[in-house]
Amino acid sequence: MSDKKKRDAKVFQLTRRKALKGLAAGASVLALPSRDAAASVWDAFFQKHFRRMTKSDLERVLARLEREYSSEFSQEVKVGATPPIEGVKYGYGLDLSRCIGCRRCVYGCVEENNQSRDPQIHWIRVVRLKKEKGTDLHYAEHYYNPNQVPEPGHFYMPIQCQQCEKPPCTKVCPVQATWTEKDGIVVVDYNWCIGCRYCMAACPYGARHFNWAKPQIPNESLNPQTHYLGNRPRPVGVVEKCTFCIQRTRQQPGRYPACLEACPVGARKFGNLLDPESEIRKLIENKRVYLLKEELNTQPKFFYFF
Amino acid sequence: MSPWKKLSRNMRPGVLVLLAVLLAGAVAAQAAKEKYFDRSGTLVVIETPAAELLRAYEVKNLPPGETFPVPPPPFSEGIFPCSDCHAEMTPNLERRQLTDEHTDIILNHAEGQRWCLDCHNPEDRDTLRLVSGEVIGFDESYRLCGQCHGDKYRDWRQGLHGKRTGYWNGDKQYLLCAHCHNPHDPRFKPLTPMPPPQRPGEIRR
Repeated sequence: MSDKKKRDAKVFQLTRRKALKGLAAGASVLALPSRDAAASVWDAFFQKHFRRMTKSDLERVLARLEREYSSEFSQEVKVGATPPIEGVKYGYGLDLSRCIGCRRCVYGCVEENNQSRDPQIHWIRVVRLKKEKGTDLHYAEHYYNPNQVPEPGHFYMPIQCQQCEKPPCTKVCPVQATWTEKDGIVVVDYNWCIGCRYCMAACPYGARHFNWAKPQIPNESLNPQTHYLGNRPRPVGVVEKCTFCIQRTRQQPGRYPACLEACPVGARKFGNLLDPESEIRKLIENKRVYLLKEELNTQPKFFYFF
Repeated sequence: MSPWKKLSRNMRPGVLVLLAVLLAGAVAAQAAKEKYFDRSGTLVVIETPAAELLRAYEVKNLPPGETFPVPPPPFSEGIFPCSDCHAEMTPNLERRQLTDEHTDIILNHAEGQRWCLDCHNPEDRDTLRLVSGEVIGFDESYRLCGQCHGDKYRDWRQGLHGKRTGYWNGDKQYLLCAHCHNPHDPRFKPLTPMPPPQRPGEIRR
């Protein structure tokens, strides 16, 4: 055997055949991630703003999200995008003389709207106030934890998004990821939000909350009936807020929000502000109504009454 | 010539009568009005005094024009129908403290002013009786409560008092007063609150 032949046997030599084989193998490795997953990343990256999507765009996005959530939470998750009902503007009433501060509404909301359990996010904050100081928020306390409520000398005021007619939060959003819908609900597109938290600084009610970490929701406690603008599982780094249970109230017939159903004293009222026969209109006409921070001219659609 | 002299002689008595009638009417109208001076010293005249309105108002406890979808009344276990025991008993109409039966019921609801048979019908214990004598079922007990708590009854009918579930633009489910308030001890009982939110320091980093 000549020296050259010995050397050839030990040293790798690229031939046309070998090169083609290698190329084919490399291409097949690139194609390995399932077609769906690769398309999903691509689709999410190029997804349009919610209000600029065509009907087919929206259907594709909803189908993709359903697929993603269903595999993440190992159950069938529905993502809807029910539009506003014509001739409806939602209003909320809360009876300050009935509320006993039991926080049933807070946890009813967490369950319904898939808020992160860890780190904890609550859309409703129940504030304890002193009767002698009235609604002076300087004396507000929301970590109260007695054995029994109500406590003498105190009253309670649950605070959540007031769904303002002139919302300061939507004005400051640099990317228009939050806006007011036709039925008066202020919503967030979690896929468009860049997490700058300007809206949280602008909101005078502390009603917006930020996902500092990936929200943790146990699979079994996920509410699988979701809405794109409402209670669908959120990614890390976006802002979320109360939507008057958009996934329930926009149904036909419309269900009441979860906090209303959770309230044991019947302090919470909900209805259509444009319907003179609705409970919310009756209470505005017949009761003493208090608007939180009315002087800021945010024009809340959340009416405290007593 | 004065206008009086212009009138023909036979018209004069008629005019006098007319004036008298007008004067009497004005006096009568004045009497029906209620007058008083308010704090600023302005004279206030009320066309129909409240007392008159009250006389005109027929005191009735009319059944409501609409019916309300309420769930069955919240009876204690095994207590209803009351006639199981009471059918064979002669009603004792004397006000007294019950010592043999129903001793668990402690009346804490204007107890000095009423007792059992002011609301429960002595003739048929499966029903309730209004002050007017009308007999109603337990499923209409809101009318009984509404006799005294008229403002709450009004609010409840409009959905402002009490909890309503169902649909905001569809069928609604009401609750009877007795679902939240024990009729014999109606004050709402205190509850244990759910845990407070985590303080920022307690949140996992």
